Amino acid sequence: MLLGVSIVVFFMVRAIPGDPAQLLLGQQATQAQVEQVRANMGLDKPGIVQYGIFLADALRGDLGDSIVTGRPVTTELLARFPATLELTLFAMLVAVLVGVPVGVISAVKQYSWLDKFTSVLALTGISMPIFWLAMILIVIFFVNLGWLPFPGRLSTGYAVTSITGLVLVDSLLTLNFPAFWDGLKHLIMPAIALGTIPMAVVMRMTRSSMLEVMGEDYVRTARAKGVVPWRVIFKHALRNAMLPTVTVIGLQVGLLMGGAVITETIFSWPGVGQIAYESVNRRDYAMIQGVVLYGATLFVLVNLLVDILYAVLDPRVRY
Amino acid sequence: MLPYSAAQLFHPIGVGREHTLARRSIQISRRDFLRLSGAGLAGATLLGVAGCGGGGTIGGGQQGGGGAGSGNTFVFGRGADSVTLDPINTTDGESLRVTRQIFDGLLKFAPESTDVIPALATEVPQPEDGGRAYTFKLREGVKFHDGAEFNADAVKFNFDRWRDSKNPYHTGGGGQSENFAYYTGQFNGFDGDSTITGVDVVDEYTVRINLKQTQAPFLKNVAMSPFGIASPKAIKEDVEGFWQNPIGTGPYKFVSWNRGSTVELEANENWWGSDVPEREGGSGPKVKKVTIRSIPDNTSRVAALTGGELSAADGLTPDDVPSVKQSGLKVEFRPPLTIGYLAMNVQKGPFNDVNVRRAINHAIDMNAIVKAFFGQTGQVATTYMPPTVPFFNQSIEHYPYDPDQARQMLQDAGAENLETDLWYMPIPRPYMPDGKGIAQAMQQDLKEVGVNAKLVTYEWGTYLERTGSGDHSMALLGWTGDNGDPDNFLNNLLGSASATPTDALNIAYYKNPEVDELLQQGQSTVDEGEREQAYMQAQELLVQDAPWVPIAYAKPPLGFQKSVSGYQASPTGGEAFNTVSLSGGA
Repeated sequence: MLLGVSIVVFFMVRAIPGDPAQLLLGQQATQAQVEQVRANMGLDKPGIVQYGIFLADALRGDLGDSIVTGRPVTTELLARFPATLELTLFAMLVAVLVGVPVGVISAVKQYSWLDKFTSVLALTGISMPIFWLAMILIVIFFVNLGWLPFPGRLSTGYAVTSITGLVLVDSLLTLNFPAFWDGLKHLIMPAIALGTIPMAVVMRMTRSSMLEVMGEDYVRTARAKGVVPWRVIFKHALRNAMLPTVTVIGLQVGLLMGGAVITETIFSWPGVGQIAYESVNRRDYAMIQGVVLYGATLFVLVNLLVDILYAVLDPRVRY
Repeated sequence: MLPYSAAQLFHPIGVGREHTLARRSIQISRRDFLRLSGAGLAGATLLGVAGCGGGGTIGGGQQGGGGAGSGNTFVFGRGADSVTLDPINTTDGESLRVTRQIFDGLLKFAPESTDVIPALATEVPQPEDGGRAYTFKLREGVKFHDGAEFNADAVKFNFDRWRDSKNPYHTGGGGQSENFAYYTGQFNGFDGDSTITGVDVVDEYTVRINLKQTQAPFLKNVAMSPFGIASPKAIKEDVEGFWQNPIGTGPYKFVSWNRGSTVELEANENWWGSDVPEREGGSGPKVKKVTIRSIPDNTSRVAALTGGELSAADGLTPDDVPSVKQSGLKVEFRPPLTIGYLAMNVQKGPFNDVNVRRAINHAIDMNAIVKAFFGQTGQVATTYMPPTVPFFNQSIEHYPYDPDQARQMLQDAGAENLETDLWYMPIPRPYMPDGKGIAQAMQQDLKEVGVNAKLVTYEWGTYLERTGSGDHSMALLGWTGDNGDPDNFLNNLLGSASATPTDALNIAYYKNPEVDELLQQGQSTVDEGEREQAYMQAQELLVQDAPWVPIAYAKPPLGFQKSVSGYQASPTGGEAFNTVSLSGGA
């Protein structure tokens, strides 16, 4: 499957109009200079040969060097990964902490005004363009109210010694509490912007799956036994209803981990998504391939792990 | 590392607790699994990430700053990160913006202009031997940031490194080195091709640069920021690493570079320029710390400025100007060193007829277009180069807007009901904020006089390629000046040598022997009077022949906090921050 992805990406990237050599050299370059740079980049060889070279290197963990910066693609990706990881974790935290409880409530109180309200909320969340939400958040909480800092991961004046690359972890490890607090505040807006869609998805999934489970015989049995209602909901129903929700969470984590292009660009978040944006703009073939392959690999991995998790969560799967 | 997150996210809901379904046959209970995966993989995550992130710092800027505008850190926001910090090995504006702070050249451009003034030299030298040699007297007692002495040997070392392709230090610049592109660009090539034949050390503080032939813009070329003098000691120690650890003599010293985010600089307290008057490019550095921050998204950058996180921001669009002003911030404009134009392909009928070209000039209401699309960020172009360039011909005026006359002229030329095409670039350029909008407005104006222009566009690279091969009838394009010399505009854009069949810069394919001769004359003499006459006359001829409809001289806007003063916006786009000061607490 990853092989398929690599083929598609490799040739699709090259189908984007625009010559990286021309873009690199700019408007004032001569034809000879462009040809020279193309030869240096190996772009003068036939596509299939280029792909062969790429694949052979990729299998050895070498995704080539970025056309723009000249540094190895893997190094660039690894350097940006912690920022994306931190943002993803926070966005998912927002999504789950809000999505699951609200989903449960709206299922339990089906057709109540609360349920209707959250349905509208979920629909809005799913249909809201991220860039718009992000800008609104920035305008309200940064520009007008000045409550939350922007942009990037830390304000001017703060620095954290990089141990893991995660600002919050590093600042705690180095006992740098002001930076921890600053970093946390920097995370709020991007996490909300990025977490809104997953939140809505989780909310809807939890709701529908809860509704299904609440109609099951064992729930009725539990009720008939006289188990207290909250225990029925949380112990008997929710646990069983969580399977589809876990799948959805897994999918979303896989997607976000690949880099949230829009959110990271707007918030100047130095993560994988920002690299993706820059490399497409500059036709950095090697980098685009690297980012997509990396995203696809993570996605496959996360799904695999979710499948494994299934077996643990739901013993039936094992047979 | 991934189940860590899944498990963590899971936990609050209470799935992992005291589960009883685990069968005896299963070695590991679900609780154990979750706990294991939680702890173990969290650990793995940290280790894995530590492998890549270790060592450096993650920073939003320098310590001790606080927000922009407070304290003594000047935070400058821009659209992209630098590529390399070895000035001679890049052509990237965002790289040169930083190196401009760290390096000085022998000469530089006076604040807010393209006049040449001395920097590491004590005066601008006079041409000797008919412009085939220049003797530079150097400042004494100047030290590089690494403590090495600046002297004639250092100057010779740098020029030799640039020129001689066999020099052991003719390398560096990092992965994306441009291989001394500006040297080849301004001085014709390396080794035997180089206009500069050699640098003689006359005494410890005097060098003589010898040229193969006269080059009129020579001093302007030397003043360009790629030709900043680097510390020979640092280059000899690690030429391949110099691009990320640059050492010059400039007003600011390099501190650190967080890729994709910030470059940190601190004041060079021993800068030679501190005692030089401000109008002569000296004084300061007043602000002790500088953070140059890249924020790729335009709206975000403006928001960061409005919210006070930046002291200054580049890359405002014309639309941003009123709203930034409304937010109580200052807007300043760079003096224009660009020109945007509509080129008519004179190889194609009916544009081979000068009267048709003049008619098109009359037909377009340029005042309205510039007002609508540039607002305060541009002025209507009158001639074929911007007014900051020397020998700009003040007496020329833009063709008056007169659709009736245009219609009449077209009719006389037998070109009524003309079907043609008008190409526009797909992306905003410094000289043209909205190619499509401008093309549409022109299309309307042309329709009024009976010219039906079909709008055509291509992806940017393809656009340059195809206009460079003359596929268009009319096309929008523009130019940003490199060194502020008329030769850089007129010869590149309208000389017949640039009207090549495949990669033409002269996309009007305009060839006039008379103009060529004048341009040649302007290029090959160092006599200012002679140059002036040549360029004045060339501009008149060009406007008469009308291969273009000149559009505008763009004045790129910069936004500032009220607390910032002394910013000297340069037409070349790269200015040193030494004169910038911050009034506290704003």
